Amino acid sequence: MTLVQPLSSPPLKLDTPRLAVLHEAYRDAVRAKRWRSVLIAVCVAVGIAVSAVSAEVDLGKLFTNIDKFSSYIGRLFVLESGQMVWTDPVEWYWGLQRWLSLLGETLLIAYVGTALGAAAGIVLAFLAASNVSPHPVVRAVTRRYLEFCRTFPQLVFALIFVIAFGLGPLPGVLAIAIHTMGALGKLFFEVVENIDMKPVEGVAATGASWPAVVRIGAFPQVLPNFVSYTLLRFEINVREASVMGFVGAGGIGQDLIEAIRKFYYADVSAILVLIIVTVALIDFGTERIRHRLIDAGTSA
Amino acid sequence: MSTTVEAMRRRYPDVFVPAWRRNRAMLAVLAGLVALFIYGLAALGFLHPRMIDGLGKLASVFVMMLPPDPGSVDRAIIYLKALGETLAIAFLGTLLGAALAFPLGFLAARNATIGRVVRFLTRRSLDTLRGVDVLVWALIWINVVGLGPFAGVLAVMTSDIGSFGKLFSEAIEAADKRPVEGVLSTGGGGPHRVRFGILPEVLPVMASQVLYFIESNTRSASIIGIVGAGGIGLHLAEQIRVLEFQHVAFIIILVLIAVAAIDWLSTRLRLGLIGTRRVATA
Repeated sequence: MTLVQPLSSPPLKLDTPRLAVLHEAYRDAVRAKRWRSVLIAVCVAVGIAVSAVSAEVDLGKLFTNIDKFSSYIGRLFVLESGQMVWTDPVEWYWGLQRWLSLLGETLLIAYVGTALGAAAGIVLAFLAASNVSPHPVVRAVTRRYLEFCRTFPQLVFALIFVIAFGLGPLPGVLAIAIHTMGALGKLFFEVVENIDMKPVEGVAATGASWPAVVRIGAFPQVLPNFVSYTLLRFEINVREASVMGFVGAGGIGQDLIEAIRKFYYADVSAILVLIIVTVALIDFGTERIRHRLIDAGTSA
Repeated sequence: MSTTVEAMRRRYPDVFVPAWRRNRAMLAVLAGLVALFIYGLAALGFLHPRMIDGLGKLASVFVMMLPPDPGSVDRAIIYLKALGETLAIAFLGTLLGAALAFPLGFLAARNATIGRVVRFLTRRSLDTLRGVDVLVWALIWINVVGLGPFAGVLAVMTSDIGSFGKLFSEAIEAADKRPVEGVLSTGGGGPHRVRFGILPEVLPVMASQVLYFIESNTRSASIIGIVGAGGIGLHLAEQIRVLEFQHVAFIIILVLIAVAAIDWLSTRLRLGLIGTRRVATA
């Protein structure tokens, strides 16, 4: 049988028995796919049912009280005097000076935490990357350590550090630094594993020590990516630092949770707007720098 | 013709200037950053004697954590139940968030939206949802449905709508144009375009993002109890406050195992869904 029909002959017509075989095969394929979808759907449904019981989901309560949600959001924008907040910005931001200084502290916590974490992450990344690591045991230990540091939520570290160092920004910085080290260390060593090894071999061939090989052979290649990831992390850390105050670890979070707990609605919205605007500005700024860095990195 | 280093240095003095001296602006920025860092260390209490004290206390806290021990079987069962609650919060919150973000993702995507004003408004609302921390959402939902894990589910859901909406819209915008053109060329309308041109391509990406978020939400769900919204965070914060560090260590190990298990499972499922293709997250 020829697979390609000459153009002059009429189009290939399959006889009914052959067509039936193909049709059956097609139906089987569709059926298998459908069974798979049903299986996934059943698994998800069972998961939802079990989770709903465990998480005490109560739709009745949600629907009878849903008006409380909208009225809560509504009250956020009403001053004590009953006016809407934007009619009297001075009254809305009565505590602007205090909030700005707390916001400054939050940014400083995020900055110092990011810097400490990134510095430690850079060192650990070169120990953990399989192509430049000095020893396989060092590599394995470093990787497990980074994993532990990034798996654990920062707020839990902060809670423990508050016990050790007392209330204040110090435990917040340390918690952010440890988590940042874990998260950036992983991203960094993945970057290092993707570098061009020829410069590294060149420096090693001159008899240079391990720090010199890393500094001269590997570091210049990875710097733009490192800076880019660090900037991204800084933005995340500003968000994290803004809730560190919830557990007494400094920053604007302590005033935020106090306002929420004591139902100072206008203050809640004032602080939230401050945080959202700050994070958006940092997001915008770091993204522009990152794009320039990445463009410079790819064109070089 | 002499090619000694000295001769080259005389001929091309610019090339021999150290790199840092060529880039004064960068140097100034770096100096500023270092100065800010040192100021930060001083202002935040790193140079205070309390720092040394604290390190000693931290060491004793770690000693007190050993060996990890829940105290009694009853406590262990309570902690395991709370861990189950945490997983339930993460699972339900992520699914609900994804379900609600699904239509919003289309409204926020340039190639699938129904109008520029709609797209702008959707994007700004998603930004706001994302900008408020999940702990704040938890505190707000506690006012609506009371203390407990249900508030945690709703909080994770609310903050995930923002994240998923953004990620979904980016996935839709990155979709290949040609299937859509194909559908339009056969006379398909708006709904057909989305159903047959865009959906088959973006659905696996979305599913993989949902799986990734279930894992990262397990972490957020494990702290959401600190403000009273259910899960193991409540016990964790309580045991830290009463200085029962052996219990704390036990809970920490439980959470680590749970996160590692979810991580393994979600990575396997994601690879099954999309092969080894990397998916944008965060």
